[in-house]
Amino acid sequence: MTETSVSPPVNTISNTSFLEKVIAATPGESHLELCIQCGTCGGSCPSGADMDHTPRGLFALITAGMKDTVLKSNTPWFCVSCYYCTVRCPQEIHITDIMYTLKRLAVQEKVYDDSTAPDFSKTFINWVENYGRAFELGLMSMHMLKHNPFGVFKVADMGVGMITKGRMAFRPTRIKGINGLKAILNKAKELEVAA
Amino acid sequence: MKYSYFPGCSLEKNAAAYDVSTRAVCKPLGIDLVEIEDWNCCGATEYISLNLLASYSLIARNLAQANKNIGVDQVVAPCSACYLNLRKTDKYMHESPDLSKKVNTALAAGGISYQPGSVKIKHLLDVVVNDVGYDTIQAKVTRPLNGLRIAPYYGCMIVRPEFGASAGNGKPLDNTEYPMILDKLLQVLGAEVVDFPLKAHCCGGHMTQISESTGFEMIRQIVKGASDYNADLIVTLCPMCQLNLDAFQGGMNRHFKTSFQMPVLYFTQMIGLAFGMDAKALGIGDELVNARSALAKIGVEVPEPETPKQKRPTKEELPMPHMPKEG
Repeated sequence: MTETSVSPPVNTISNTSFLEKVIAATPGESHLELCIQCGTCGGSCPSGADMDHTPRGLFALITAGMKDTVLKSNTPWFCVSCYYCTVRCPQEIHITDIMYTLKRLAVQEKVYDDSTAPDFSKTFINWVENYGRAFELGLMSMHMLKHNPFGVFKVADMGVGMITKGRMAFRPTRIKGINGLKAILNKAKELEVAA
Repeated sequence: MKYSYFPGCSLEKNAAAYDVSTRAVCKPLGIDLVEIEDWNCCGATEYISLNLLASYSLIARNLAQANKNIGVDQVVAPCSACYLNLRKTDKYMHESPDLSKKVNTALAAGGISYQPGSVKIKHLLDVVVNDVGYDTIQAKVTRPLNGLRIAPYYGCMIVRPEFGASAGNGKPLDNTEYPMILDKLLQVLGAEVVDFPLKAHCCGGHMTQISESTGFEMIRQIVKGASDYNADLIVTLCPMCQLNLDAFQGGMNRHFKTSFQMPVLYFTQMIGLAFGMDAKALGIGDELVNARSALAKIGVEVPEPETPKQKRPTKEELPMPHMPKEG
């Protein structure tokens, strides 16, 4: 909610409007164009207080074509995927899915490339792409050392607790069909770029 | 009743207690779990944040693998995030022939394919309360959880969003705002169930890793809520919720200078206890916030944590120097 200056609409995408682009990049019928600005989404959001814009505000910016402001907003990265807004929206807008779309667009446009949240997703994905399974200890320690090295001391007792209770693996499991999975994911990424 | 079992990555290690207790109670409940061969991660909430098609292909590989269990057309997932991801992929592939075609082109690179709608995806709680049923469960209770005050905690992804009948998955599981199926189950087991207003609130998911203060605040609300209602423990059905409420409870306490000690167990562990099973056989004791005093109310002894054995010095080793004792 820190929109201080009103800049003219910035639309760097040729031919299609930003609204159309967001709709096209969201699976299923997103209903984004039907937003009536009622604010039920922001009122339902458990992490709304930490967001630059409420979902409602963000949708107004999308409609206005203010792409840069939208993609720089921290809002999608603070979405916790609880789907409260999605089930409460009177227009049945797939708000959570749209937040995922905005994350993908922000990373594609390299607006949000180095910040903590996308990097967490990247580290997570890296284990999945190479082993086929998630690896919590590797994920949390790599992420923490990179972004919050002193935070290690704060969670040390939790880490020790998890290890002594046998709840942390020291190496990830590798699935047998990892080569097949890699081929699938590579093909999917190829198709995604082509689309 | 045969089901293809998708445990998900959490149940391999951090939520091993959920896996152990699931397998333990499924036997007496007549649920036959056939683990999906060589299943992979569902991508949680991370893969979809970066790649759309790769994310759906990753998930669809599991559904294709499930179809290898010949004659079993239902998949059961104990993790709410896995459950949501599997259902969502099935639904969107069903709705969009274009997406389905692209996902199948990707799957073909790995020599597999998936026809949307060909398996029914269910959460474990759904299978327990609807396919097995409350009456069957009640008949097997030998140690009712009398006197135990439980805050039933559903979290988000089992009740929201309601992916309806479009993918052949039947009616929505429960109310998206105020679900009751876990409440009823715990009542059947003999527990005193708290009318818990925060039962379907969010545990914060990965937020402790992204913005600590945001994540801790969401954990605090739920733990404090359960404590305000004098609950002895929280019972959950999702490994992410358990991890946040249990493992991060200490960090949350430090952050807010509070001293909550609210144990968090899985509903499968409660079923097992009510069926008279041994606490250790249900993975009880793995939780970081000790459930000992809570479970003492129903006469259940929680196994002592195993202290790592200290190595005795051999005769060849030099004795360690000691400081002279005072007095």
